[in-house]
Amino acid sequence: MGDWGLTETSMDNYEISSLSHVEMSPSRHNNLMSAYSLPSSKSSYSVISAFCTEDNIPQCISYINQELGSLGLAAHIQADPPGRASLNAAPALNAMYELLQIHRRTMNSVEELEKEQLKKTSTLEHMQTSNSRLKDQLELSIREKSGLHETERQLQLKLKTLQSCLKTEKDEVQKLQSIIASRASQYSHDAKRKEREAAKLKERLSQLLVDRKDKKLAIEMLNSLGRSDGKRSHWKTAKATASREAEMYKSLLSDYEASQRALMLENAELQKVLQQMKKEMMHILSPCPPLNRGGSAEESQELGDSDREERSAETSRETLDQSCEHAREQLTNSIRQQWRKLRNHVQKLDNQASLVQNQPPSNAEVIPLETHEQEVERMRLEVQQCKEFIHAQQQLLQQQLNTSFDDETAALLNGCYTLEEKERLKEEWRLFDEQKRNFEKERKNFTEAAIRLGREKRAFEEDRAAWLKHQFLSMTPFADRMRSSSSDGQSALSVKSEPEIKTSSSKVPPVKSSAYTTFSTPKPSKSAAVPSTIDVCRTLRLIPDYSSSRHSNQRRWQESGATEDEESWLKSKSKVCSSDLSIFSLDEDKNPLT
Amino acid sequence: MNFSEVFKQSNQLCKVSPDGKYLATCVQYRLVIRDVNTLQILNLYTCLDQISHMEWSSDSLFILCAMYKRGLVQVWSLEQPDWHCKIDEGSIGLVSSRWSPDGRHILNTTEFHLRITVWSLCTKAVSYIKYPKACQKGLDFSRDGCYMALAERRDCKDYVSIFVCDDWHLLRHFETETQDLSGLEWSPNGCVLCLSCLQYKMLLYSLDGRLLSTYSAYEWSLGIKSVSWSPSSQFLAIGSFDEKVRILNHITWKKIAQFEHPAIIDNTKTVYKEIEKRPAVSSDEMSLHDITVASSLFSTQSKYDISPLPVQIPVVKPDPDRANPKIGVSALAFSSDSRYIATKNDNMATAVWVWDMQKLRLEAVLEQTSTIRCFQWDPRRPRLALCTGNSKLYLWSPGGCVSVQVPAEGGFQVHSLNWHCSGDSLILIGKDQLCLCYMDKRVKY
Repeated sequence: MGDWGLTETSMDNYEISSLSHVEMSPSRHNNLMSAYSLPSSKSSYSVISAFCTEDNIPQCISYINQELGSLGLAAHIQADPPGRASLNAAPALNAMYELLQIHRRTMNSVEELEKEQLKKTSTLEHMQTSNSRLKDQLELSIREKSGLHETERQLQLKLKTLQSCLKTEKDEVQKLQSIIASRASQYSHDAKRKEREAAKLKERLSQLLVDRKDKKLAIEMLNSLGRSDGKRSHWKTAKATASREAEMYKSLLSDYEASQRALMLENAELQKVLQQMKKEMMHILSPCPPLNRGGSAEESQELGDSDREERSAETSRETLDQSCEHAREQLTNSIRQQWRKLRNHVQKLDNQASLVQNQPPSNAEVIPLETHEQEVERMRLEVQQCKEFIHAQQQLLQQQLNTSFDDETAALLNGCYTLEEKERLKEEWRLFDEQKRNFEKERKNFTEAAIRLGREKRAFEEDRAAWLKHQFLSMTPFADRMRSSSSDGQSALSVKSEPEIKTSSSKVPPVKSSAYTTFSTPKPSKSAAVPSTIDVCRTLRLIPDYSSSRHSNQRRWQESGATEDEESWLKSKSKVCSSDLSIFSLDEDKNPLT
Repeated sequence: MNFSEVFKQSNQLCKVSPDGKYLATCVQYRLVIRDVNTLQILNLYTCLDQISHMEWSSDSLFILCAMYKRGLVQVWSLEQPDWHCKIDEGSIGLVSSRWSPDGRHILNTTEFHLRITVWSLCTKAVSYIKYPKACQKGLDFSRDGCYMALAERRDCKDYVSIFVCDDWHLLRHFETETQDLSGLEWSPNGCVLCLSCLQYKMLLYSLDGRLLSTYSAYEWSLGIKSVSWSPSSQFLAIGSFDEKVRILNHITWKKIAQFEHPAIIDNTKTVYKEIEKRPAVSSDEMSLHDITVASSLFSTQSKYDISPLPVQIPVVKPDPDRANPKIGVSALAFSSDSRYIATKNDNMATAVWVWDMQKLRLEAVLEQTSTIRCFQWDPRRPRLALCTGNSKLYLWSPGGCVSVQVPAEGGFQVHSLNWHCSGDSLILIGKDQLCLCYMDKRVKY
């Protein structure tokens, strides 16, 4: 099929004239017609091979010439003089050459055409495959489409059922709501009915109770009580009722007054804040127009505004107390205006800021920048120094830790610690001094007591000596004489006998012993210079007038004891309670004694 | 902190006298009066039956003991131990008995709320108030003891009567704009009366019966659950079933703040979480030790931890089919200085929320290991005491939180607690015992 097409196209393209000629020629040469019309067949070749014979050379020549002429070649094949079966070689060869040329050209074109044919077939194949592929795709998409259609249908069905469901549910809800409403109304109705019934029953019950003259209902009391305020009850009169009303209104009034006072205070506070805010606003806003003098007309207008503002503010402040309504209006107005102004101002500032940002940095800004950098440099240096310091300190510390530190640093560090220690010691020293002073005072008291004791002792010794002497003398034969002489000058004490003194001294101690123990126990130290405590206490027992000073001493001791207790309180609370209590009770015991 | 020894009581009846000197406890049918400081028994009175209610008179001179089953009230005098008074309500029955503020009248509510009987101890006179409404809190005395407000129900309508306590003169009587009034309460300054309904409706009446304002947050049927005035009369806190507390102000009676109780807390200062740990004792140690150690085994130690935010609070979903669902704010209390408010949301029963009224925000949350039974503010300081039905006492103050083990023998469990009016001691009430806890005066929490 391809071959056929090829020949056809070649005939069409190149040799239309020759073909027509060829087709025409058989009309004249019928015998050759069939042979030429089928050039590719074998039978035709055999005819062609028998084209030229010895006999028909001239015809052949003429035919060829004719043919050549029709091909547009110079047909100059001439036969040799007749009778000789040979050709004139040169024109024949020329013709042949030209024919060959034509043939080659034709062959070339055929080749090209074949190539083209191949290309075409390949593209065709490609097209076919793509076509089939597309067909498959189409099929697939069609199938998909049908599937989607199916699901859509199903969904639609579902939707329909759901819609119906919804409808029924809605109906249900409506029904239920109506049921609820009816129930509610029924319930309220029932409740009302029940309540009425209950009320009726209650009425009846109370009636019955009243009718039965329930004797059990009673109050038994030993005797009536007085009113809690001690007054007698009043009769119920119109006047009393009126006074009740008045009292009620009074209490209400006082409450309202209190709340009004509170509100007024709050209001005043708020007004103060408001005024202050206003003042500050003015302060902020007023210097701004002069700065931008020569600016737009808007600013000057603003200036006027602020002036007016101030005036209105003044007036508002004046009228504030007069009429609240008016003042409030003015106040809100002025505040609104000022707020507007503030907003404008802020916007302007914003604009300025943006302008400044857009401007290239001017000289005015360079200088601070430099100083800033200098400053930064300086600070950096400082930081570096500090770091070095820290490093050095760390090194020193490290050295100390490694125990191989030198004496200097050791002394330094010890100095640090000892300073702290010294502070603490100073504090302790101070405390100690205070205590010491207290002790000194105590000691003075004791020495005084001791001196007095010594004196007493001496007196006693003297008394005793006198008494012994007296005894001695009474034992002597000349006793009577001595007694009569000494009885006048004897003291009251000396008159008493020894056992009498003993009883009098033994009567006092049991009462005082408790006081004495609390007094003596806190005493921490006894100095050798002072007489011993036993002596002292003996003196104390003997000297009644000393007790007042001793009592004051005790007080102080107790106080100091209490402070000690406070410290120990933190350690154990329960113990403190007991000790506190004991001290307290002892103190109470002592009071009647002294 | 020190604890006294444990005393017996019954019906959780133990009260400190208003002057703070005496402690009255009921043991079966006996009334025991003790000195608060020494705990020595001063007086012992014997009633006719088991005491079901006990109350001190305002002047601390008399004690009322009511025996509801028998319809009897007995009054005892502290000054004259042989003085006695017995009031018999007869066959009509008795459901509630209370003192009037002057301490010379007793108000008895009869069964079915038929009437309120007012007995005078001065004149032996008796008077009746009819139609009292049977509701949560139908009767309230103003703080100064001058006025009494009473909710009434006549012809299926709510009324409020205001009486002058001095001579029981009816000062005002007005119908209220409520369907079903559930409670009324005077403001601490005695000038405003707030009325609440279960459906969210709060009405505020002036002393002279004028309606000052109404407030309603929503329309659903479960509304107000608890109401509390601040001691300064400045705020009115309303706890409701929607787990919120709304604070009204005293000038406009509008809402100024709303405190919600979310399950996840992320905006508070601190969340204290109680952590229990049982003392670890190995088995061989147990065999060696005697019973006293074994008993201490069962007592767990607990401490507070500060949980990092956000914190998830355990929530119990209430049963919607049951009446009185366990949801919403059921308890709220202002501290004595009105600075803090403590709340409890019923479906988060293990947490107490403390709100700052100055900053109007959540200050702290205390998450306990068990359900909170009771909490109460110190009457002097911003200090909150709470108990959870175990053997511990918990205290919160702005400084922090502590849990203290009550060192009583035999598993003393704190069911309820009461501050002494001085704020120095605390009465811990167990099932049938009580114990006093003395605060350390020097240690400030």
